[in-house]
Amino acid sequence: MAGRQFQPGDVIGPLVKPPVTKTQLVMYSGASGDFNPIHTVDEYAKEAGLGGVIAHGMLTMAFVGQMLTDTIGLEGDLRKFGVRFTGMVRPGDVITCEGQVTETRKDGEQQIVSCEIWASTQKGDKVVIGQAEFAVPIV
Amino acid sequence: MSLQRFQAFVGVESAPVKNEVEKGAIRKFADAIGDPNPLYRDEEYAKTTRYGRIIAPPTFSRTFDYGEIPGLELKREGLIHGEQQFEYFRPIFAGDVLYCSTKLADVYEKEGKLGRMTFLVYEQKGVDEAGETVFIARSNVIYRG
Repeated sequence: MAGRQFQPGDVIGPLVKPPVTKTQLVMYSGASGDFNPIHTVDEYAKEAGLGGVIAHGMLTMAFVGQMLTDTIGLEGDLRKFGVRFTGMVRPGDVITCEGQVTETRKDGEQQIVSCEIWASTQKGDKVVIGQAEFAVPIV
Repeated sequence: MSLQRFQAFVGVESAPVKNEVEKGAIRKFADAIGDPNPLYRDEEYAKTTRYGRIIAPPTFSRTFDYGEIPGLELKREGLIHGEQQFEYFRPIFAGDVLYCSTKLADVYEKEGKLGRMTFLVYEQKGVDEAGETVFIARSNVIYRG
C-alpha cells in the first residue's frame, strides 16, 4: 500500500479476523496484564451476569488498529485513534473491521486523513465505533 | 463510592513509573492480537524500514504500568471500559524507556438503563528519557460500585 493517497469516501479495510478463541483471550490477558476474570473464567463471567466470558474491548480495538496500520503502510503515521465500545464480543465471534475516509487535507509534504472506523460481529452488531487520523507522504 | 468522593481525586496524578519496552513483550502482544506484521517481531526486517527498530502496535501502551493514584481505590471487577482514545507523537520502539503516569481527569454521573452510573475519565501519558511526550491516552470507564 506504499504511496497510497486518500479521498473522502474511500473505503478502508475490510479486515476480517479469524474467530475469537478462549485461548486468544488468555493470551491477550497475559500479554496486556488485564486479568479481569470476566475474560477468562466462564463461571465468574456467568455469575457477573454476562452469560460467559467476553473479549477485552481492547482486543477488538487492537484488531481495528491492525486494519489502520495495514492501510497506512510503512511510510505513514497514525496520529489519533479513538473508539467507543458499543457491544460485547464472545469466543467464536468473527470480527470485521472497516472504515471510511471523511476528510483529507494537505500539510506540507503530508496528506492528513481523517476517517470513521468500526468493527462488527458476524451478526452485523457494531462492537466498536470510532475515529482515526493519520498522515501519509504525498507522492 | 459516591461522586463527591471521586471528585476529590480529579487532577490527582500517579508518580511516573519507569517502563522498559521489551521486544519479547511486543511480540507476545502482536501474537495475542493475531497481527502478523513483521515490524513487531523481526529485527532484520525492521532495520530495512525507516523505523530501524521493532515498533509496538497502536494499542500496546495499555500494557504499561502507570502507577496508582494515591488513595483512589476501586475494585477493578466493577469497571466497564466505555471509550478509549490515543494520541501519538512518535512510535513506541523496542528498547524505549518510558515514564508512564495516570490521572483522574474527570468524573460525572449519568442516568442509564441500569440506573445511575458513575463515569471516570483517566488520562495517561508516556514520556521518554529526553522528556518528550510519546503518547497520551484517555480512558472512559463506567463504575458500578
